[in-house]
Amino acid sequence: MIFGTELIRSLAFLVCFSLTACAGLGVEPWQRDQFAREDMALDSEKLDLTLDDHIYFSKEGTSGGRALAGGGCGCN
Amino acid sequence: MAAERSPGAAVAATKTVNKSKARTGTGTKIGASLGISASEPSIAEALSIASFALLSMTSSVAIAAQRDSVAENPIGRDTQFAAVITTDEAVTSDTDETDPAEIDAALLYYLEQDRVTVAEGIFNLKLPVGDKRVYEGKLVLDTLTGSSANGAVPQDERQTFTRPSGNGEYNIDSGNTPLDDTFKDTRVQLSGNWAEIWSPDWSSNHGLYLSREYDYTSMGINSALERSFNKSNTQLSLGMAYYYDLVDPVGGRPVAMSKMVFRDDFDSQTEFRTEFDKTRQIASTDKQTVDLSVGLTQIINRYMLVQLSYNLSSLKGYMTDPYKVLSLVDASGTSEAYLYESRPDERLKQSFYLFSKYALSTGVTDLAYRYSHDDWGVSSHTFETRYRYNFTSTFFGQLHLRYYRQEAASFYRAFLNSGEELPEFASADYRIGNMNAYTLGIKIGHSLVDGTKASYRLEYYQQDPYSNGEQATGQLAHHELYPSIKAIIFQLGLSF
Repeated sequence: MIFGTELIRSLAFLVCFSLTACAGLGVEPWQRDQFAREDMALDSEKLDLTLDDHIYFSKEGTSGGRALAGGGCGCN
Repeated sequence: MAAERSPGAAVAATKTVNKSKARTGTGTKIGASLGISASEPSIAEALSIASFALLSMTSSVAIAAQRDSVAENPIGRDTQFAAVITTDEAVTSDTDETDPAEIDAALLYYLEQDRVTVAEGIFNLKLPVGDKRVYEGKLVLDTLTGSSANGAVPQDERQTFTRPSGNGEYNIDSGNTPLDDTFKDTRVQLSGNWAEIWSPDWSSNHGLYLSREYDYTSMGINSALERSFNKSNTQLSLGMAYYYDLVDPVGGRPVAMSKMVFRDDFDSQTEFRTEFDKTRQIASTDKQTVDLSVGLTQIINRYMLVQLSYNLSSLKGYMTDPYKVLSLVDASGTSEAYLYESRPDERLKQSFYLFSKYALSTGVTDLAYRYSHDDWGVSSHTFETRYRYNFTSTFFGQLHLRYYRQEAASFYRAFLNSGEELPEFASADYRIGNMNAYTLGIKIGHSLVDGTKASYRLEYYQQDPYSNGEQATGQLAHHELYPSIKAIIFQLGLSF
């Protein structure tokens, strides 16, 4: 649990730090052309990722990370 | 193949064509804009029809196809998605209340050498309503056949195991890894999702989940709230999910660490059944999962974004694999008995995930790293990357690499020694043992003349389990206790 508390603490710090540091990062609204590209969408490979998550969830001891770990099945 | 098409596929295909024609003559426009010559549509259509037929035959998913205007407007589809990051600035082109539905379907085959084969069909329907709301529904069907390792070690002698139901036995030849060929399962999964953009800064996501198979049922809800900052260049999300699973194993749950009984050791079936039932708990049991996640998405510059997330998952309930055993061996490495495995009924998992994606002039590349750790002692490092190269505006190729390294659970044991006191928890399931795994994949995708997108993915996945330092006693020294698992994955995907 000590590991957990430390991780949460350092993560909270990281998030706060990122939020302040991130204020200087980014683009103006008219510079978003690259992010509007279909192949740049975060869900451009959604089904592949869903299927991969299911495979690795059934075959490996750890899972999730990308998003919430997803629903259960009897495969693990 | 065309002659075998189901009526559903035929209707679906007709619908697609009609829909294409009905929509302001986009067929001609696409053909012209993509520079497709008159001879090409026939190949594209044949591919399309073959894909429909394959999908409908194997997964019985009736595809009610509707196409959208993506092909004519390359950024049309993901404007909806990009809106998540660019809520206040993005100007979405769809303003009418009845936007076209988007359908994604995929069929996947997972083939392990000498072991499990899985066929999985997935069908996703996305219904945007205006530019602020999206409903999504997903149906997944999968069937599993073949054999999986039961946890026992190979032996010089032929081995016999009682089936999980208690009805019958299966035999494993000398020197072979014991595989249980009992498993044949079909799973149906349904899920629904509602995403809403409430204001330029706030959006939310809510979902329901149901998965049902013969011996397992899982029900879940999930919610996430997202807040945008810094001209929508920064996004913070907070999510949670709750799952309630019911476990009802074939033949009942084995009593933890009890010994497998054999029909041959008894004079009558009744005597055997009485003893077998003593190793079983018939009532079903449950498992509950609570997931929490915090995520940060940051646009770095015009070409790059980074995601960082932390997940905490708390599980309580039955997590033992009711079909797995451990060999109890003597000093010569010879099996004296098989014991049903036992795992703790609580588990706290944490993971840290870092992802970045870059836009290149000729494609896209991404890189991900995940570190996971839990209080069972299982920890892992995962590195994953994809590189996509756009050969033309309608044809791309993609390379996928993944490396996974896992450290075993503290109670993982390849076998148990009869001279030692039995531990409270033990499992010989290689999936929670030490392991390296590699994935190498290629994918190609192209747009068909009617705007449908097709993709084909081929991957090779290999798991190399390795010893956690246990001394292989006696005859075990010359047996393969940690065999590699090799699998091929093939996937066909369609988007309308």
